[in-house]
Amino acid sequence: MSSLMSVLRKPIVEGDKSLRDVSDDVIRPLEQKPTKLWWISFLLAFSVLVVGAVAVAYQIKMGIGTWGLNKTVGWGFDITNFVFWVGIGHAGTLISAILFLVRQKWRTSISRSAEAMTIIAVICAGIFPIIHMGRPWLFFWIAPYPNFRGPLWVNFRSPLLWDFFAISTYFTISLVFWYLGLIPDMATLRDRAKSKIKKAIYRVMSFGWNGSTRTWNRYETVYMLLAALATPLVLSVHSIVSMDFATSVIPGWHTTIFPPYFVAGAVFSGFAMVLTLMIIARKVMNYTEYITLDHIEKMCKVIIVTSGIVGIAYATEMFMAWYSVNEYERFVFINRAMGPYAWSYWIMVGCNVLISQLFWIRRLRRTVWFVFLASIFINVGMWFERFVIIVTSLHRDFLPSSWAMYSPTLIELATLAGSFGLFFTAFLLFARFIPFIAIAEVKDVLSYGKHVEKWPQNGGSRKPSVLVK
Amino acid sequence: MDRRYFLGVFDDENNVVEATRLTRESGYDIHDVYTPYAVHGLPEAMGLKRSRLTWVCLAFAFLGCAAALIAQFWIAGVDWPVNVGGRPFNSLPAYLPVLFECIVLFGGLGVLFTLLVRARLFPGKREQLFDPGITDDRFVLAVEEKDAGFDIAAITRLWERYHVLETRQLPEAAA
Repeated sequence: MSSLMSVLRKPIVEGDKSLRDVSDDVIRPLEQKPTKLWWISFLLAFSVLVVGAVAVAYQIKMGIGTWGLNKTVGWGFDITNFVFWVGIGHAGTLISAILFLVRQKWRTSISRSAEAMTIIAVICAGIFPIIHMGRPWLFFWIAPYPNFRGPLWVNFRSPLLWDFFAISTYFTISLVFWYLGLIPDMATLRDRAKSKIKKAIYRVMSFGWNGSTRTWNRYETVYMLLAALATPLVLSVHSIVSMDFATSVIPGWHTTIFPPYFVAGAVFSGFAMVLTLMIIARKVMNYTEYITLDHIEKMCKVIIVTSGIVGIAYATEMFMAWYSVNEYERFVFINRAMGPYAWSYWIMVGCNVLISQLFWIRRLRRTVWFVFLASIFINVGMWFERFVIIVTSLHRDFLPSSWAMYSPTLIELATLAGSFGLFFTAFLLFARFIPFIAIAEVKDVLSYGKHVEKWPQNGGSRKPSVLVK
Repeated sequence: MDRRYFLGVFDDENNVVEATRLTRESGYDIHDVYTPYAVHGLPEAMGLKRSRLTWVCLAFAFLGCAAALIAQFWIAGVDWPVNVGGRPFNSLPAYLPVLFECIVLFGGLGVLFTLLVRARLFPGKREQLFDPGITDDRFVLAVEEKDAGFDIAAITRLWERYHVLETRQLPEAAA
């Protein structure tokens, strides 16, 4: 509300929009026929998805012997991809929940799409451990339910089980949080819809929303509660993912800094992915006045911070390996930086620590093509971080006689590509059928940073503190 | 529709908040205010109390906590105790991650479904819109006409100070 805002703030939305402009601008791409560009991207993403689906069907039929894993390196692309995709999801929750709790109003124009990215990324992530189970049709055995096998219960002391609980809770809460935010916008779509079929579909999806303040009051409370629940949840998810490693006794994994290190890395990679998507979407869908250069700059600042945390974590790991005076610990880290997989270690350091330092320069933060390029490099770097953690810690273990190398098979590469295909297919469908920007939330921040024009001359019991010009 | 409403349509959040406050202070019964987004200060102007859904959330969170604790202790300690190197069966620290996730899951889903029940929102519900522009850019203040002495002229004059766009009776004056 304007009475609490500083006059020095810039408006979040550019172009002096009215409330109706917001509805029109956001919904316009949904009401038009899909563009040629959309069809090309969709068909491309979908064909990659099909390749991935064929690869998945093949490896389920033949078993995971189709992967390049061996007795020494028991985790490879599968868990790398899993950790990568879960990490991507974290930025969405950070934007929609944490930035909401700390009253960062600029989040409104990117929260919807970032949250959609979260949900899709968690789906992409979930595929990998399920395939890795070997008999994916029995994956529900990981849920503790009374059964006729004993009953045979799950082991609550296993981090892999914690993971199942963390990921499924995260997916569920993200989904309902996202959908709750969508209900008022679905009502806007419903009231604009011309055709009967569209109106009927939106009527189902908008839950009979009529804009009542009594409902808004409760809705805002629940929205805040879900944000407050999602905040520790998102921190717990990647902490628990890191415990898959940290609770083991493998040098290179058995580290207490893993939970914060993983969470920071997740936010880092997630913001890079948000930037990659937003930079394309704002141009293609004509949202440059909503997702402004200021938004891009602010996300770059988050990247600087999280990149710093990740960099310190890399250095701490190295230092602790030396300081522990543990032969095996030291060897793992020397092997990481100078062994046969040194190239992947230096890709990781280069992309995650060095490239993001360029964001200290304001000009570069506001140069869209540079930010886009850097975000791609960071995505690559963060994928390699997980690869380095998993493969380099495993491939040369305690006994030199069992040392081995790991390289992915074509099937694994196709599965990785397929997960990207699924990600972009789902995101393109989202952009086509669901308001890309949270209309109701953006309307709320329209007055932000503007002077109050139509203040009633008489009778206002509260005086606005913002009366400039 | 048994009840009769008198509606004022506004196009600015500050105006509708102040109009609501003054209408209520003048002794009218405010049925509801319909807005395209959550207008800050409006629930207070209407005299609405803070929602008690926070407590519902807390109750569900406790339920999740209890369920997770009981289930884990019973499963891992009583029904299927697995001896891992002689470690105790009742290993609370190892149960904390699942415990936490259950608290969040129960609390979140519980409060969400309570909201849907309390606000009577469900898929496919036919909306009761007082104005087609409410989900776009219109703010509608609805006052209930409770007695025969309801003075339309007075309330219209009051709203005009806040630039009301139009006023209307619901149902449209039929009799």
